[in-house]
Amino acid sequence: MPMKLSNRTNFILTVALVFFVWLLLFFINGHMNTYMIRIVSLIGIYGVMAVSLTLINGITGIFSLGHSGFIALGAYTSALLTMSIHQKEVTFILDKVAWPFNSVQLPFLPATIIGGIVAAVFSFLIGWPSLRLSGDYLAIATLGFSEIIRILALNLRSITNGALGLKSIPQYTNVWWSWTWLLITVLFVGSLVNSSFGRALKAIREDRVAAASMGINIFKHQLLSFVIGGFFAGISGSLYAHWLTTIDPRTTSIGVMLTFNVLIMIVIGGLGSISGAIIGAGLFAILTEWLRFLEEPMKIFSFEFSGIAGLRMLVFSAMFVMVMIFWPRGIMGRKELTWNTLYSKLRRGSGESNE
Amino acid sequence: MNLYTFLQNLINGLSLGSLYALIAIGYTMVYGILRLINFAHGDVFMMAVYFAFFLVTLGKVPWLISFVIAILAAALLGFTIDRVAYKPIRNAPRVSALITAIGVSFFLESFAVVVFSGIPRSFRNIYPKFLNNMLILGGHEEVKYGRNVIVGGLRIPIVSFVILIVTAIALVILWWIIYKTKIGMAMRAVSVDIPTTSLMGVNVDGVIGFTFALGSALAAIGGLLWATRYPQLWPYMGFMPGLKAFIAAVFGGIGSIQGAVVGGFLLGLTEIMLVGFFPKMAGYRDAFAFLILILILSVKPEGLLGKRSVVKV
Repeated sequence: MPMKLSNRTNFILTVALVFFVWLLLFFINGHMNTYMIRIVSLIGIYGVMAVSLTLINGITGIFSLGHSGFIALGAYTSALLTMSIHQKEVTFILDKVAWPFNSVQLPFLPATIIGGIVAAVFSFLIGWPSLRLSGDYLAIATLGFSEIIRILALNLRSITNGALGLKSIPQYTNVWWSWTWLLITVLFVGSLVNSSFGRALKAIREDRVAAASMGINIFKHQLLSFVIGGFFAGISGSLYAHWLTTIDPRTTSIGVMLTFNVLIMIVIGGLGSISGAIIGAGLFAILTEWLRFLEEPMKIFSFEFSGIAGLRMLVFSAMFVMVMIFWPRGIMGRKELTWNTLYSKLRRGSGESNE
Repeated sequence: MNLYTFLQNLINGLSLGSLYALIAIGYTMVYGILRLINFAHGDVFMMAVYFAFFLVTLGKVPWLISFVIAILAAALLGFTIDRVAYKPIRNAPRVSALITAIGVSFFLESFAVVVFSGIPRSFRNIYPKFLNNMLILGGHEEVKYGRNVIVGGLRIPIVSFVILIVTAIALVILWWIIYKTKIGMAMRAVSVDIPTTSLMGVNVDGVIGFTFALGSALAAIGGLLWATRYPQLWPYMGFMPGLKAFIAAVFGGIGSIQGAVVGGFLLGLTEIMLVGFFPKMAGYRDAFAFLILILILSVKPEGLLGKRSVVKV
């Protein structure tokens, strides 16, 4: 028997998995409570965030810390487009809404795509100067750009409503939207990684000089990957804004903390693996909810403990540092969870293989 | 803008710049040796201020003694961070070290939220009141609301002078440690070539630990002065000053201590002057520092006083 599955079997299995997941989503949507449904949609949103950052950080090897900036751009753009004109007039107390937004209202899908395009345009503008740097300088420069975007959001009152942020954004994001976008992201990034373009990206990650001497235009490839990652970050921002229904530029919801959270997901999942990114996103969403009990009052042996705010993040950051020290490859490392790896595992497990 | 306001901005800029310089030295020393951006440096600054705050409020320790204890505790904290988090991954790729540093920073911030609570606290009753008094030069007296008020003139909080003096003393001590003592010589040697230095019988890990402790102590001094000038404490207070001090270190040329000092003063001055000349731009103050960073990185990435490093293949 061959060790590898044929392309046809692979395709059929993938379609079957998607079908199965959709069936599961259908069940969750119909039979679970609203809380569970929201968590499941959040997993999809986090997945899009993590996969787009994996493309930039893990696969291309650009250590970008600017992801929250692109997420914020997508969030603001799409939210301003989907909010009704009346709602915008009510929300913007300090200054009137600026021109394009004061007269348009779009459905969720075009607004999300426009949010992604705006984020992609900005990632092009930001990538152009930053990608000439390398290593930790690039990290700090992209972090700086994302902070600049946040500071602009705080100050451009006629577009972003300043420090008051946006409220009463329609709650459009449901499991279907978030998981469909996750599927699109994974299919797109996945086929990109397996194309000659993706192999060029991996070559750049492994050895810039060798890649350049093979005739790969490093700057062009990195910039394109950065822009694609930015596009999907914008998409995830739109989904996130319509899940949260508020955007607050002052706090953690779209600040550097969000970048760090996405970084935690992809580091735990394995830097450089798409399936790892999704696993990391799922774990992060589930664990942050599950660890909620730490912050609630509890009773242990008749001793009353009042809940401590922020304990979840302490647990997460400690876990994050420990993963980096003791288990730097994360769950998946750079490997992908494919049908072939599962198949060979199964065969080895049942002792049938005789290589 | 008249001469008085210009002088006032100059002194404010210098005092802010010396705070940036004190923090930037820690970044630049660590980067010079390990090529690691120690993200947790800004959080050591925050922890030092909290130590002093709780020593005075809960421990009823006199403020000067508690400041000294806080500085020593920060040095110990910096040393511990290196031992626990950075030493095990000394030979890992640089990106893993950077991610670990982000994780440590995140951990310290969450720790502060849990232990010290996320509610902002006031540092005002910790240090003697006279530091916030204004020194008024020039101006003329006028009667307003039935009281004699001095209008115009130069107003500088006394703490601004204290900041300048303490910074000067700290810099002299630092200069003495680095250029006149044995451990300073070891630090300079380690920053040039780690393997050779260890072959000469220098305990490299000890020197790195000492560097962390020294940088953290300077950050703690900067933090305590910062809290005296801007008396509000909260767990994320170290984030922005830390980032800006890092920008100052890059501006002056990372790896160079003189560069960190020059960069810190230049960044502080330009920031205050920008707001002084264009008050409308005050909201963009933080963005401005990042703009400087991106400009300097694309035009002269080795900074003002840094050495250009050539990568050989």
